[in-house]
Amino acid sequence: MNEVLARVPIDPSTMAETPAALDASPESDPDRLRWFPKGTHITIRGLTKTFDDVVLYKDFDLDIPKGKVVSVFGPNGCGKSTLINMISGILEFDSGQILFDGKTARETRIGYVFQNYREAVFPWSRAIDNIRYPLQFLGLSKAERDARVEELLTSFDVKIDLNRYPYELSGGQQQLVSIMRALVVDPEVLFLDEPFSALDYEMTLFLRDRLQKVLTEREVTTLLVSHDLDEAVTLADEILLLTKKPTQVAERLQFNASRPRTPETTLTDEFIAVKSRSLEIFQREVRK
Amino acid sequence: MSAGLGKNRIVKRLQPLIGAAVLVFLWWLASEGRLVDPVLLPTPGESWHAFVSGLTEGTLWNDFWRTIVRTTVSFAIAIIVAVPIGVFLGSSETVYRSVEFSVDFFRSTPASALFPLFLVIFGVGEEAKIAVAAFGAALIIVFNTAYGVMNARKQRQLAAKVMGAPRVRILTDVTIWESLPQTFVGMRSGISIALVIVIVAEMFIGSTDGLGQRIINAQMIFDMPEMYASIFAAGALGYGLNLLFIILERRFVHWGGK
Ligand SMILES: Nc1ncnc2c1ncn2[C@@H]1O[C@H](COP(=O)(O)OP(=O)(O)O)[C@@H](O)[C@H]1O
Ligand SMILES: [Mg+2]
Repeated sequence: MNEVLARVPIDPSTMAETPAALDASPESDPDRLRWFPKGTHITIRGLTKTFDDVVLYKDFDLDIPKGKVVSVFGPNGCGKSTLINMISGILEFDSGQILFDGKTARETRIGYVFQNYREAVFPWSRAIDNIRYPLQFLGLSKAERDARVEELLTSFDVKIDLNRYPYELSGGQQQLVSIMRALVVDPEVLFLDEPFSALDYEMTLFLRDRLQKVLTEREVTTLLVSHDLDEAVTLADEILLLTKKPTQVAERLQFNASRPRTPETTLTDEFIAVKSRSLEIFQREVRK
Repeated sequence: MSAGLGKNRIVKRLQPLIGAAVLVFLWWLASEGRLVDPVLLPTPGESWHAFVSGLTEGTLWNDFWRTIVRTTVSFAIAIIVAVPIGVFLGSSETVYRSVEFSVDFFRSTPASALFPLFLVIFGVGEEAKIAVAAFGAALIIVFNTAYGVMNARKQRQLAAKVMGAPRVRILTDVTIWESLPQTFVGMRSGISIALVIVIVAEMFIGSTDGLGQRIINAQMIFDMPEMYASIFAAGALGYGLNLLFIILERRFVHWGGK
C-alpha cells in the first residue's frame, strides 16, 4: 500500500501546488506525470495496449476529474470500450498505471453498465436480486443493504415489478435494472458503455433523466461512452474526443450548461457551439 | 370460431398418438395376417396382456423397480463425482486442454468393452453393474459440464468481477449457472447411457432381476409376449426418464433460450 502511495500522491491538492513537479521537463523527468491537476480522480499514466500486433494505446496519459461526467467520443473502433474496460479493471493492459485517488480498481467501488444488457444481467435471478447482488461485497449489515436498495428505488421511482426475471422485462427495463445494479453500491466511479444504444427513444430519454438525477445528487465520477454526439454532449461536463488508433486524446471540451439537462438543452447556443466544435474535431480526426 | 379452435386443440393433442396408432395397427395386421411367424410376433393384444398381468400378478413390477434403482443410483454417483470434476476442469482452459484427449477417448470407448475390467475389480455383484453405468454416465457429464463452464459467455463473469466478487464467487454465482444448460444436456445423455448400460449389465452380468435379465430370460424360453412386454417396459422407462429431465430442466434452467 505504501508503495502505491509513494508512486502517486494520494492527496492531489498538495501535489498540484508543488513547483518542482510543474517545472519538470516533459522528456527527461520520469516522474513528470506524478503531477496532476487539482480535483483529479483517476490518473492514467503510460498506458499501453496491443491487440495481436496492433498498437491501440501507446504511452497514453489522462486525468479524469472527480465527480464529473466525462463523455468519451471518437471514431468507431478507436478503442473507447477498450479504454473504459482497462480503467475499470475488466481488461488487462500491457503496461502503464491506472489509479483512483492512489487506489487500484480492485480497491475502488465501481459501477459498470454494459451496452449489451441481455448478457449483463443474471437471468437466473429476479430483477430485485440482480440489483442487490453487488451489495454483499461491501460488508454492510442487512439493514444497511435494504436501506440502500430502498433509497435507490425511490430515486428511480420504478414502476416495474422487480420480482420478475430479467427475461420477462423489456429491453429498457433490463437496462434500468442493470443501471440500478451499478448505482446501488454508491460507486466512486461509474462506467457506461453505450448504455442506451439498443433502446427506443422514449426509454432512452427516461433513463437519461433518472441517471442524470442520481449522478448530480451524488456527484459520481462518470465515464460515458456514446456514439451519439447529442447524447454525449447533453450529459457531459466534459467531452473527451479521441483520435483514430494509435489512440490519443484529440481534444477535451467543457460543457457547463446547468442541470438537469433536457432535450431543450440541445437547442441552446452553448450546446450548439460545443457540439459543432466536437464535430469539427471528430471529422478532422476521421479524415486524418 | 371458438368451437373451431377447441377442435383444433384436440387434434393437436392427439397428433402424436397417430403414429403410434398406425404402428400398432401395422403390427396387428402383420401378426393377424400371418405375415410374420406368430411365434416371433405375437399380437399386440397378447403382448399387452403379458404386460398388464406381469405388472399386476407377476414380477414385472419388481424387475422394473430394480432397474430404476440401479439406474438412479449409478446416475446419482455419476453426478456427485462428475459435476465437480467438470467444473474444475472447465474453469481452467489449460487443465481442460491437457485432459481433453483422455476424456474424449474414454467417452468414445463403448462401456460394454469395460465390463470384464469392472467385473475383475468389483466382482459379479451389484457393484460392478452400478460402477460401469456410473462410469459411462460420468464421462459424458464431465465432458458437457467442463465444456459448459469453459464456453460460458464472459460478460456476466466480467460484470461480477467489476462488482467486486472474489474468484470463487464468480464461479459459484455466475459461471456454474451459465454452464447449467450444457450440464443438463450432459445429465440427460448421462441418464440414458446409465439405463442402457444397466439393462445390458442385467442381461450379461449374472443377474437375478431387472428388466435386462427379464428380457433375456423371456428370449431363452421363447416367451415372446413376455419379451415384448419387457421391452415395452424398458422403453417406457427410458421415455419417462427423459421426460422427467425435460421437466427438471424447465424448472431449473427456466431462463434457457430466452
Ligand atoms: N479482444 C480483442 N482482440 C483483438 N482485437 C480487439 C479486441 N477487442 C478490441 N479489439 C480491437 O481494438 C479496437 C478497439 O475496439 P473497441 O475498444 O471495442 O472500439 P470502440 O469501442 O471504440 O468502438 C478495434 O479495432 C477492435 O477490433
Ligand atoms: Mg465500443
